[in-house]
Amino acid sequence: MMNKIEIKNVNLYYDKFQALKNVNMVVPENRITAFIGPSGCGKSTLLKSLNRMNDLIPGCRIQGEVRLDDENIYGEMDVNQLRKRVGMVFQKPNPFPMSIYDNIAYGPKTHGIRNRTELDEIVVGSLQAAAIWDEVKDRLKKNALSLSGGQQQRICIARALAVEPEVLLMDEPTSALDPISTAKIEDLVLELRNTYTIVIVTHNMQQAVRVSDRTAFFLLGEVVEYADTDKLFSVPRDKRTEDYITGRFG
Amino acid sequence: MNAKTSFMNGAASGRGRRSSQGRRRPDISLLLRMVVYLCAGITLLALLLLIAYILVKGVPHLTVSLFALEYTSENVSLLPALINTLMMTGLALLLSIPPGVGASIYLTEYADRNSKKVALIRLTAETLSGIPSIIYGLFGMLFFVTYWQWGYSLLAGAATLAIMVLPLIMRSTEEALKATPDSYREASFGLGAGKFRTVSRIVLPSAIPGILAGIILAIGRIVGETAALIYTAGSVAVICRDLLSSGRTLSLHMYLLSSEGLYTDQAYATAVVLLGLVLLLNLLSGRVAGKLTKGNE
Repeated sequence: MMNKIEIKNVNLYYDKFQALKNVNMVVPENRITAFIGPSGCGKSTLLKSLNRMNDLIPGCRIQGEVRLDDENIYGEMDVNQLRKRVGMVFQKPNPFPMSIYDNIAYGPKTHGIRNRTELDEIVVGSLQAAAIWDEVKDRLKKNALSLSGGQQQRICIARALAVEPEVLLMDEPTSALDPISTAKIEDLVLELRNTYTIVIVTHNMQQAVRVSDRTAFFLLGEVVEYADTDKLFSVPRDKRTEDYITGRFG
Repeated sequence: MNAKTSFMNGAASGRGRRSSQGRRRPDISLLLRMVVYLCAGITLLALLLLIAYILVKGVPHLTVSLFALEYTSENVSLLPALINTLMMTGLALLLSIPPGVGASIYLTEYADRNSKKVALIRLTAETLSGIPSIIYGLFGMLFFVTYWQWGYSLLAGAATLAIMVLPLIMRSTEEALKATPDSYREASFGLGAGKFRTVSRIVLPSAIPGILAGIILAIGRIVGETAALIYTAGSVAVICRDLLSSGRTLSLHMYLLSSEGLYTDQAYATAVVLLGLVLLLNLLSGRVAGKLTKGNE
């Protein structure tokens, strides 16, 4: 099993506040890695630092290295190229206020694909891969905002897939969705596992158990424990992990 | 827009207060409701009265000769002024929209939102919006008309008006850009799009209705302006043949007619046309906004 991402001695600050404390971790390729932990523990922060979305936050400083295929993403790498390779799905579905087709085609167009038939193929392929094709195939010209929340989130996943990323970061992708939509997204994530390296932040421990291969437990900016999901949830090594997964705090 | 939100805030806090004072609720809420009804009634009445008054006084004097191509002291035709108004509006918008929208994009998307430079630009814009229009007129006369030797001209007038409406356009564009959810920007950046693409393809299109609202306000000010134009565009009652020729706009035409005291009836007729023009322009911009944002609904 290859390591897709290596996180080395990462410290991250929002102005004076230290949000991540000396994080070291490897993310295996074509596996699903879950980040769990209470609110404000740094799991979303670490996720955002994997494709440099934290650059957008004023006052955010990062030390250490994040290596993607053994190349430091905070070094020479072009940030737009990085984000093409490491896509992201956000907590709240955020399709653009344009048609479904244009939503999906936006990414490929950004990266220089202009050919109409090629774009059509990408749109269809991405929508199929995100398991939303059957629901929207007759209304690709409709505004994406007219869809339900769960459908919108799958449109966002399709949009992320359309630029052919290698890694997919998902920041609590189901926290704004109902249980049925959540189940659909989880099935989808499991299907995507074969093709992509997925990192998913979740508040929902059952979700981590259901979908992930590896789980990292965060507390106050530190990675307390990082292990195979079944091990972490059945025989946690750290007392704090045990307290959290048994619901003693959180 | 601002008035609406502050009203809503007021209503929300009012609700909070009322519920904490259980028993007095019915009388106070009834009183409040009557007061706001009254306020709404007064504004509606004022507007209707004004329009009705102008229509009653003006419509009977709308004659065919008022729309003659050439102005003479017999027909006091308003057509040259009408055409000048349209040209003046178009030119002033052409001169003010690009820098106004561009500056707002800089302020909201590129500049550090808390920097001194931004504060200075904002302060300048706000100061500009508070200056009486006659001062713009004097500035325009000294700078465009005299110093740059444009003379009394369409161009000098439009340039002066452009400076005058710049803060309006900037303010509304800025508000519209700020109202664009950050989640759109995040999504675009997250796909590997750069700043320029994100702003031009995602942020700007979703801000168009707000920008157009500002442009409509600007049109209103341009069409209604007199003081700033007397000293910059002049008051000749002919159609401007080029950028450097002088001509009066409808408002100025109206002002001159009524100040001469001989053509008060025609002044009212002109007012009817002016009113119609403003309504038409507003409607038109609404249509354009609808067209441009069709995909957004």
